[in-house]
Amino acid sequence: MSNLVEIRDLHFSYGDRPILSNLSMDFPRGKLIAVMGGSGSGKTTVLRLIGGQIRPQRGTVSVNGEIVHKLDTEGLYRLRRKMGMLFQFGALFTDLTVFENVAFPLREHTDLPEEMLRDLVLMRLNAVGLRNAAQLKPNEISGGMARRVALARAVALDPRLIMYDEPFAGLDPISMGVTANLIRNLNDTLGSTSILVSHDVNETFSIADYVYFLSAGKIVAAGTPDEMRRSDHPYVKQFVNAQPDGPVPFHYPGKSLAEDLGLGGKR
Amino acid sequence: MKNRFLGAIGGFVLDTFARVGFVTRSFGGLVGKLPGALRRPALISEQIHFIGNYSLLIISVSGLFVGMVLALQGYYTLSQFGADEKLGQLVALSLLRELGPVVTALLFAGRAGTSLTAEIGLMKAGEQLTAMEMMAVNPIQRVLAPRFWAGLIAMPILATVFSAIGVIGGYLVGVQLIGVDPGAFWSQMQGNIDVRRDVMNGVLKSFVFGIAVTFTALFQGYEAQPTPEGVSRATTRTVVIASLMVLGLDFVMTALMFTK
Amino acid sequence: MHRKSIDVWVGLFVLLGAVALLFLALKAGNMSTISFSKTYAVSAKFDNIGGLKPQAPVKSAGVVVGRVGSITFDDKTFQALVRLDLDPAFKFPKDSSLKILTSGLLGEQYVGIEAGGDTNNLVQGDRINRTQSATVLEDLINQFIYSKAAEGKDDSK
Repeated sequence: MSNLVEIRDLHFSYGDRPILSNLSMDFPRGKLIAVMGGSGSGKTTVLRLIGGQIRPQRGTVSVNGEIVHKLDTEGLYRLRRKMGMLFQFGALFTDLTVFENVAFPLREHTDLPEEMLRDLVLMRLNAVGLRNAAQLKPNEISGGMARRVALARAVALDPRLIMYDEPFAGLDPISMGVTANLIRNLNDTLGSTSILVSHDVNETFSIADYVYFLSAGKIVAAGTPDEMRRSDHPYVKQFVNAQPDGPVPFHYPGKSLAEDLGLGGKR
Repeated sequence: MKNRFLGAIGGFVLDTFARVGFVTRSFGGLVGKLPGALRRPALISEQIHFIGNYSLLIISVSGLFVGMVLALQGYYTLSQFGADEKLGQLVALSLLRELGPVVTALLFAGRAGTSLTAEIGLMKAGEQLTAMEMMAVNPIQRVLAPRFWAGLIAMPILATVFSAIGVIGGYLVGVQLIGVDPGAFWSQMQGNIDVRRDVMNGVLKSFVFGIAVTFTALFQGYEAQPTPEGVSRATTRTVVIASLMVLGLDFVMTALMFTK
Repeated sequence: MHRKSIDVWVGLFVLLGAVALLFLALKAGNMSTISFSKTYAVSAKFDNIGGLKPQAPVKSAGVVVGRVGSITFDDKTFQALVRLDLDPAFKFPKDSSLKILTSGLLGEQYVGIEAGGDTNNLVQGDRINRTQSATVLEDLINQFIYSKAAEGKDDSK
């Protein structure tokens, strides 16, 4: 099958608040696919559904042919061992050193001897450029560096699927460029599939193979980054060109200014 | 009117049942993961260090002062009946049966309980627990269970140390300071304290308190809102709920153990 | 390694607890209640056991020689049937007598055993027949009041 992950007719609500409706997406093997949209459009929810943290009300999410919410705990943990996830702001274990953080999945899921484990960890850290920071604690490194350590940890077990939740949030331009390069290179060298959730247009467009645009839980546009740049869809245009007003309004909905100031006719 | 009031009461009762059920289920879930956690004794030993060793200072000092105060106050009352030779027995009985387990548990809730709650709550807020789940590691087994074991092991040890130091403190004040006869002090104590009934029951109490306090601390941390206010509220709840549970359980256990 | 030093501290902690427990058990507590492994049981009937409880000491000449095992009621003779577990290190003649005494004025009650003169000793299952019941405080007070009242009557005659 050429798609590693497939989403079909997905509906998800939080209580009675619908988050995602009628979603169908394909994530082909070996590609880097971006899921973009404004805040609250449901992007992170898609990642959570793929990772099995939440269950859909209707529809299916399948990874490598297996339907995620039908798996039992054993199966779910088996699936997750082949996934890597990079959380917003890293989510490093604050009581462990950088080295121990990256070594964590290796220690938990493999029985490798200590020397081999050490070499693997150092190689991963080398790939993200932080080999010499191995003995530092998370509170001793900058946010950008922490993000890179988390990236090294996410790929420690050579996962088939890597998911990135807002990897560029809060980074300076240099770190952003470094991270974007790392994401692309890791995807290609490991031969894995990457799903990138972000609202940073420039960095994402520079590395993604395909982009899905979500708004209010529905796909409004999909295509390659070039197609998106040329798109006429008002929502995509507002997003890509960073326009303050468009389908996503500037003003919070409610009364007009005239009514608030007491001018014009009474209602 | 009346219907709405009854409805509200009914809702409250159902909510309480649901809450109790949820807490029980969580406790069961934690207990289920306990044997698995034994496979990583290094984690447990690390936690015993943080929970137990770091509490030793406050427990020892408190034990010493409580023992000394017991001797002072006890002497004042006993001497009015000419029974001051019973001072050793008074100090030891009070400590072994009640003050040792209860005061240690209350101090433990304040010191170790709050730090556990804050640690777990902050880990949850920083998505560390979710990250662990996504790496196919069960956070209850990896993070909560070792801390629970550590609390279970540390509490009885701390309570015993508290009682022992308290007895020594009582000796220092009673015999060295006030001048009660040392022979009478120890022999009256030995003659009237039963190892099975007093010492062992005290240890049993502290064990039960350990379960209650540690679980409360872990539960509040795990269920805390992932915000600064949420964590702060959770630590307060830990102290309040754990303290009330200790006092309530103490009453029940004392009634079961020491009355016929 | 970092791990080793933590283990040392934890080991010290657990050892400290064990030492404290030993201290309490030996210095502060009464270990002799557990050291009675083998005992021989004799029984006796009392009209009134007063406040006697199981595990109360059996003393002879003030020294603890056994413990009260169980106390039951015999509804044929309407007396209390008390079983005593005695330390086999001490032998008592078959005609020894039992009294229920109080330690101190208001203290716990215990059984005092006084040796008789028989050449044969008590063995497992024997019955002691010479028993004296506990003094009940209310009876004492009544006695005192009556004797005071009688005195008063005599005086007024």
